[in-house]
Amino acid sequence: MRTLLPPAMLIVAVVLLAALPVIGSRALVQDLFMVLCLLVLALNWNMLAGFAGLISVGQQAFVGIGAYGMFACVILGGMDPLAGLLVGGLAAMALSVPVAFFTFRLNGAYFAIGTWAVADIARLALGQWKALGGGTGTALPKAAVQDMPGIEAIRALIGGSKAAAVDALTYWLALALAAAMLAASWAFLRSRMGLGLQAVRDNPVAARSVGVDPVRLKALVFLLTAFGTGICGGLLFIQIGRISPDAAFSLLDWTAFVIFIVVIGGIGTLPGPVVGVLVFYGLQTLLADYGTVYLIVLGLIGIAIMLFARRGLWGGFTRRTGLDPVPLSHAAPRPVPTPES
Amino acid sequence: MIWLDTLIQGLMLGGLYALFAAGLSLVFGIMRLVNLAHGDLIVLGAYLILGIGTATGLNPLLAAALALPPMFALGWLLQTALLNRVLGEDILPPLLVTFGLSVVIQNTLLMGFSADSRKLPIGPVEAQSLALGPVNLGVMPLVTFGSAVAVVFGLNRLFYRTALGRAFRATSDDPVTAQLMGIRPQRVFAVATGIALVVATIAALYLGARANFDPSTGPARLLYAFEAVIIGGLGSLWGTLAGGMVIGVAQALGAALNPEWQILAGHLAFVAVLLLRPRGLFPRAND
Repeated sequence: MRTLLPPAMLIVAVVLLAALPVIGSRALVQDLFMVLCLLVLALNWNMLAGFAGLISVGQQAFVGIGAYGMFACVILGGMDPLAGLLVGGLAAMALSVPVAFFTFRLNGAYFAIGTWAVADIARLALGQWKALGGGTGTALPKAAVQDMPGIEAIRALIGGSKAAAVDALTYWLALALAAAMLAASWAFLRSRMGLGLQAVRDNPVAARSVGVDPVRLKALVFLLTAFGTGICGGLLFIQIGRISPDAAFSLLDWTAFVIFIVVIGGIGTLPGPVVGVLVFYGLQTLLADYGTVYLIVLGLIGIAIMLFARRGLWGGFTRRTGLDPVPLSHAAPRPVPTPES
Repeated sequence: MIWLDTLIQGLMLGGLYALFAAGLSLVFGIMRLVNLAHGDLIVLGAYLILGIGTATGLNPLLAAALALPPMFALGWLLQTALLNRVLGEDILPPLLVTFGLSVVIQNTLLMGFSADSRKLPIGPVEAQSLALGPVNLGVMPLVTFGSAVAVVFGLNRLFYRTALGRAFRATSDDPVTAQLMGIRPQRVFAVATGIALVVATIAALYLGARANFDPSTGPARLLYAFEAVIIGGLGSLWGTLAGGMVIGVAQALGAALNPEWQILAGHLAFVAVLLLRPRGLFPRAND
């Protein structure tokens, strides 16, 4: 019973959200697309920092590589943007291998700085790629985007322009990606490897003594989250439609916001990023007219959470109420009745 | 000859980076605190110098002297009220708190001073240069470099020749035993952060005198500073100076090849040093 509730909730939420492009406005679809993408990035970062103890400040490297990979496939290879997404994700994962070799030699805080430096190297290096516009960037050909498979069918379904159909398609892809990330994270964290990872986080010495290899597990998480982050980067830039090194490798947009989302919602908890992204969207909407004020508020909330409630809103909720609808632990096995002799 | 010139310009630039990094290195060495807001605190210092200069009509050099006490107080307060509460085994809380602080400082400055870039008007000395044999040296870069050496020398004297420095080293090596000897780590940390912000203010003066700054200038400078600290090795102030010069020379050489490669060359030097020596060139303490 305990393990059936979360999947049921996820399915209901996905079905409700999937209906949005048919019934909601285009502006709302675009807003929620961004929210879902930030959720995907937050789930990935939470997996890194909250579970694997890898505090990366350089995840924008993988967003950017995913986006540039997708752009290169479309502009230079004449491929479909959706195929480009996959290539972008794989490129991000491929890049994560040498990055891991370099950054895993640095421990703790050095790791954070190392990832940041790597992201800046990627930004500057791709700014040299003249075929994709160099430092000023380039736009995705409209024709390629509007010829994506399914666009005509979506137009027939929701009515409206081709651009609206593109928004709907990218929204559905973001929704699918977010749902898949949630399901995969849940399955992973409850698996043997996920339990090993949490054991390493909670007590590295004890975990090693029962045969958990921390470096291997962490490297695996680093690789997989690079893939997820890269795909999300490609998807983001199909919708945005224009790329430049500064936008694709933005520390603020793709890492800082994500860190605040995870911290506010509850780092090291699975529902935390979901809660955090809702708070983030609420704040952004509420303070939309006041310019940078919402960044200041976000920073202050993040500081307050670290001072007073380290496990964030979700962690605080489960501790207060003792209620955890999304348990990552397994229930203890029932005691086996000893046969009477 | 052009190469010699580039090399010397790079060393001078490295002095500036070492100034950015010295305060960071001190704090990092003593309490293992990675202060992601250090770059923004330097920019805050630059605005403070600008504000004092505008209000009193003093030259920025004098205004910077007046900015030192309030910056020390700010560092002391920051450590006592905020950072001491989150320091501990887990490195995540201090990282995230300083990250939040960085965003808050940056955007508050943006609201107060807009995104226009500013510069500290030093006066005619800005354009003066000395001819030393085959190379021409700007007076300001030379003064910056001299200040960096003086600051590192001064901090080292403080670290190894005074009672306060002994407390710094003791707390860095073993906070528990230091406490048994009557040292209060939290107070030591507060003084250290105060001193770090004094050094940051000196860095702010040369940052503002050398080039334009705006509220978003901090993070990029912070990254160079961190690279200098890590290249130098944890807790070694002379190492930090050397690290700054490695970054500075690499950037100058990169820029000489292609202006677009300046920053990239600095980062690549950082990666190269760490691949060869993961703990930096001259590590003093274990982390």
